[in-house]
Amino acid sequence: MSSTIVVAHDGSDSSERAMAFAVDRAGVIGGAVLVAHVLEWSPYAFLTKEELEERHVRRREELERAEAALLRPVLERHAASGVPITTEMRYGHVAETLIRIATQAQAVQVVIGRRGQGGFANRFFGSVAGSLVQACPVPLTIVP
Amino acid sequence: MKHSLAPVPALAALGAAIIAAAPALAQTATLDERINTAFAGATGWFVSLIFAPIPGTGFPWIVAWLVVGATVFSIYFGFVQFRVIGHSIALVKGDYSDPDDAGEVSHFQALATALSGTVGLGNIAGVAVAVGIGGPGATFWMILAGLLGMASKFTECTLAVKYRNEYPDGRVSGGPMYYMTKGFALRGAWGGKPLAVLFAIFAILGSFGGGNMFQSNQAHAQLVNVFGEFPGVITGVVFAAIVFAVIVGGIRSIARVTEKVVPLMGVIYVGTALVILAINFDQIGWAIGQIFAGAFTGLGVAGGMAGALIQGFKRAAFSNEAGVGSAAIAHSAVRTKEPVTEGFVALLEPFIDTVVICTMTALVIIITGQLVSDPETGLYIVGEGGSIETLAGNTGVALTSAAFSQSVPIFRYILVVAVILFAFSTMISWSYYGLKAWTFLFGEGKTTELVYKLIFCFFVIVGAAASLGPVIDFSDAAIFAMAVCNIAALYVLMPIVKAEMESYLSRLKSGEIRKFT
Repeated sequence: MSSTIVVAHDGSDSSERAMAFAVDRAGVIGGAVLVAHVLEWSPYAFLTKEELEERHVRRREELERAEAALLRPVLERHAASGVPITTEMRYGHVAETLIRIATQAQAVQVVIGRRGQGGFANRFFGSVAGSLVQACPVPLTIVP
Repeated sequence: MKHSLAPVPALAALGAAIIAAAPALAQTATLDERINTAFAGATGWFVSLIFAPIPGTGFPWIVAWLVVGATVFSIYFGFVQFRVIGHSIALVKGDYSDPDDAGEVSHFQALATALSGTVGLGNIAGVAVAVGIGGPGATFWMILAGLLGMASKFTECTLAVKYRNEYPDGRVSGGPMYYMTKGFALRGAWGGKPLAVLFAIFAILGSFGGGNMFQSNQAHAQLVNVFGEFPGVITGVVFAAIVFAVIVGGIRSIARVTEKVVPLMGVIYVGTALVILAINFDQIGWAIGQIFAGAFTGLGVAGGMAGALIQGFKRAAFSNEAGVGSAAIAHSAVRTKEPVTEGFVALLEPFIDTVVICTMTALVIIITGQLVSDPETGLYIVGEGGSIETLAGNTGVALTSAAFSQSVPIFRYILVVAVILFAFSTMISWSYYGLKAWTFLFGEGKTTELVYKLIFCFFVIVGAAASLGPVIDFSDAAIFAMAVCNIAALYVLMPIVKAEMESYLSRLKSGEIRKFT
């Protein structure tokens, strides 16, 4: 089985740089790239009754939108590289879900971009990069 | 959404006109009175029918209907409420949820949303009514009703998921109307459709009564209690305007904020009650003694032991809505392959609502000595109208407020916030339940839905303006009428639930159903 590099992609410029880096590395080692897009979701969030009723539809719409606006263009942009690229979309806590994806894919490496937000916002929201640095089971590359 | 915002100025203008008229107190007083008289006159016959006593006794047949129903379900399902509670909690935690289904409605979300509709003024004001008329003994019967009610809730929510409606566009909704029609047809039972229609009619009435007028009525009572006398129509118009903005204007952010704040408020409410119990900890033994003594002797309340029992069961049913069928509507959207799992989760609802929250309210009222008893006989002194005399002559929410503020005066302000938030979230929930019943009868459509929503807002005003007596009578009658249809349907459909339950539990035992880790 070829070595898989997992890239977390949220559509931002820094994730695109991470993507370029990962495709590059995969080309060198003769591996594949798995583009992971995680939609932030907590099963413990509170919803109104209308939101309960429409949740199933909204979920389908959100997945379709992410597929069309994010993953498909990424695939097209990097099709010429010749590196095998697959995609995966999941709901959940971003860092935890990325770790689960990396573990299941038996990835050799995880590559992420970084938001570069200030310390104040980090204090409130934490950062995906920060959590992954602590918990990622395989080597992690953070692309600025 | 934009076009539907247009009526907002119209309602605001109506509100302004009424508020402008407020200084002429005599005028508004008669307006409140006139609404009250007209309302009592129009609903009296319905109330008498629902609360008619069983011939030869003073026991309302509807209370017997609820008790018998809850008991039958408890026995039929082998006291499922006590056997699976550990598994219920694991389900809520998400231990058995497929990670691939993330992003769909979780068990926790369905439970939390259903609870925010159930935890309302029934827990604060309703309990005060129960203890105020039935004495401390009513608490015992209330808790028993809560425990038995868990089986009713289990049955109705399992069926609601099993026979829910999935619309072509992917929306999911269900409830008693759907299990009555679909479930009866599948079992080859007659009468599903007429029963569903009858249920829908009562659900609409219930959404105007207990889910609406009772809430605005008691919210106004608490505002008056804390800030002094002012006409009920003012509270009513303000509440109606906010409800209008949410359900007609589609301003969901208000509803969303309420959904997030209400659970927190529930925790604060229970916390506050625990503080009061801690301050009066030396009285706890006495209070529990009063509850048990009162449960079997009545301690002098009107109707004795039966009086305590009737009040306890009535207010428990009104508060946790087990057997009523309302929460089944909220639970039906959960994503699960096993309908029975939602039943297991839903049975936690009466426990949290009645056994925990209602009991807190009752203990606080008893422990702070609000009820006046004769020092010689130890029996409670019953005043005119059958209510026990209280320290300051309070009833309903004012009694709870007096009890909460006795040890720590500032607690009455916490209670005001809790009352308003609970009232508001319950109104929004019931507007949804009522609307589902309405569209079941009249079909979906912008105009028909708007008609319902406008009537709903109108009753918010009526509820705040009318006095407690007629409002509580009608609220009870409408909600219990729903239970008449719903429990009848549950009897017909319970073998289906039993088959589901047994199959699931055996697969759980054999290890076929496992936790996702």
